[in-house]
Amino acid sequence: MFKNSNHVQGRRKLLQFIMFGFFRVSAAINGIALLAIFYFLVSRGWRAITWTFLTQPPIDSMTKGGILPCIVGTVCLSLGAIILAIPIGVASAIYLNEYTFQGRVLRMIRLGINNLAGVPSIVFGLFGLAFFVVYLKMGVSILAGAFTLAVLTLPVIIGATEEGLRSVPDTYREASLGLGATKWQTIYRVVLPAALPGILTGGILGLSRAAGETAPIMFTAAAFFTPSLPSSIFDEVMALPYHIYVLATAGTEIEATRHLQYGTALVLIFLVLGLNLMAIIYRARLQKRR
Amino acid sequence: MEKSLKIAIKELNFFYRDFKALTDISLDVYAHEVTAFIGPSGCGKSTLLRCLNRMNDLISYRRIEGKILLDDQNIYDPNVDVVSLRRRIGMVFQKPNPFPKSIFENVAYGMRVNGFKDKAYMAQQVETTLKSAALWDEVKDRIHESALGLSGGQQQRLCIARAMAVEPDVLLMDEPCSALDPIATQKIEELIHQLKETYTIIIVTHNMQQAARVSDITAFFYLGELVETDKTNTIFTRPKLRQTEDYITGRFG
Ligand SMILES: Nc1ncnc2c1ncn2[C@@H]1O[C@H](COP(=O)(O)OP(=O)(O)OP(=O)(O)O)[C@@H](O)[C@H]1O
Ligand SMILES: [Mg+2]
Repeated sequence: MFKNSNHVQGRRKLLQFIMFGFFRVSAAINGIALLAIFYFLVSRGWRAITWTFLTQPPIDSMTKGGILPCIVGTVCLSLGAIILAIPIGVASAIYLNEYTFQGRVLRMIRLGINNLAGVPSIVFGLFGLAFFVVYLKMGVSILAGAFTLAVLTLPVIIGATEEGLRSVPDTYREASLGLGATKWQTIYRVVLPAALPGILTGGILGLSRAAGETAPIMFTAAAFFTPSLPSSIFDEVMALPYHIYVLATAGTEIEATRHLQYGTALVLIFLVLGLNLMAIIYRARLQKRR
Repeated sequence: MEKSLKIAIKELNFFYRDFKALTDISLDVYAHEVTAFIGPSGCGKSTLLRCLNRMNDLISYRRIEGKILLDDQNIYDPNVDVVSLRRRIGMVFQKPNPFPKSIFENVAYGMRVNGFKDKAYMAQQVETTLKSAALWDEVKDRIHESALGLSGGQQQRLCIARAMAVEPDVLLMDEPCSALDPIATQKIEELIHQLKETYTIIIVTHNMQQAARVSDITAFFYLGELVETDKTNTIFTRPKLRQTEDYITGRFG
């Protein structure tokens, strides 16, 4: 009866070995790709990173000088987008997850949100141009760009918040309602605090997404060149991703400014990492306080 | 002392979609008595308990027929305010479920959502309820630490304290000791003894000895029907029905 067992065991072990190897290689490819990109950017861009580069506006038709206006612009745009998107996104997620019984209407809304996530970003750019810039008369401005980016990041934030809300056990809700709390008190005092780490994760993902996008801001917020820093939300601004695009495709000295292009990309990456790190540290502190 | 009727369940039917979970239940619950619900798993004890504070309202596909009178008022009347109803009927759950907040905030929660602001009063009330839940001495030095750091038995007594802090009339307990060891269980049972001076208590339990020890009235359920109800003493010594006897003696299929 057990005659074959050695043979079977051997086969199982081999299969296990192959599958593990496959998973390991897959995981490694991810890590290697990230490292390769990083190495590529650092090796080509590090020479560009100087104090002047970080603190001065571009000069000489953007072939020299720095990228300060782009840094400021990107920070304004992505923070603005998140400030607009978080309240709307969190409110939508609360509505979807806490206030409605599962049903057809809900499935339709979810479908809509998921489709929104799949729309190409250039479409958001055109929508932003037509709706915020022209129809709502915001003009090409930080405000219009932030709104456009906010629409783009909404699905990310709604998704992460819903995930966070779903991870809050129903026993908390029942305990709170059982003590005579209203639905809103339950959400505000128990569910939201417990879901906050998930919401923050959504914010982080949304922020990274917003900071790196070019197409949505191309027609709504980004300036080809402006040496001055924005003085109000109605100004147009330079932005890091758009600046890279401009230098690499429409600059006067495309080849001679390669190191500036890579330097700008490097700054963008570190900016996003820095913003993420702040949010991650804050989230960790929140979780420890429990 | 004259027995006074606290809750009267009248011809209650309860459905989850097409599934009839409770059939024609009629039962009286008297003030300052402990009523135990017993019966095999799935017979509808929790369902009935959750009808009493309308926790079943959270389920979209449930349907309910009949009446439940609390102090002579039907709690399923359309003009009943569910929120204030739940303030009058506290609930303790099978698994201890303290909020991820401090011990103090857990007990104070009910007061906060009911609009109390007076700090001194709140601190006093937290101390009193923790004392009556026999937990004060164990936690008084760490009252502002997270409730999740307590042991299971302590957490469950905290949940009882949390429920008492809003001063309800009735306490519903759904297998409050099923996650606890014998010592923690004994503490909770002693607590139930003291609490019935103040509250009307309904407890669901799978433990026959526990039902015999803590309750005055026992109701035996089977397949969504109330089979037999009587003084606990009578049920455990001279049950009228064969089915009841089989269940409490453990001869049940
Ligand atoms: N949310 C629900 N949806 C559908 N059916 C349910 C739901 N909750 C309970 N039921 C069904 O209703 C019946 C009664 O369940 P209930 O939880 O009241 O039993 P119980 O007596 O408390 O059992 P236990 O002793 O195991 O806790 C069971 O058949 C159960 O499958
Ligand atoms: Mg149950």
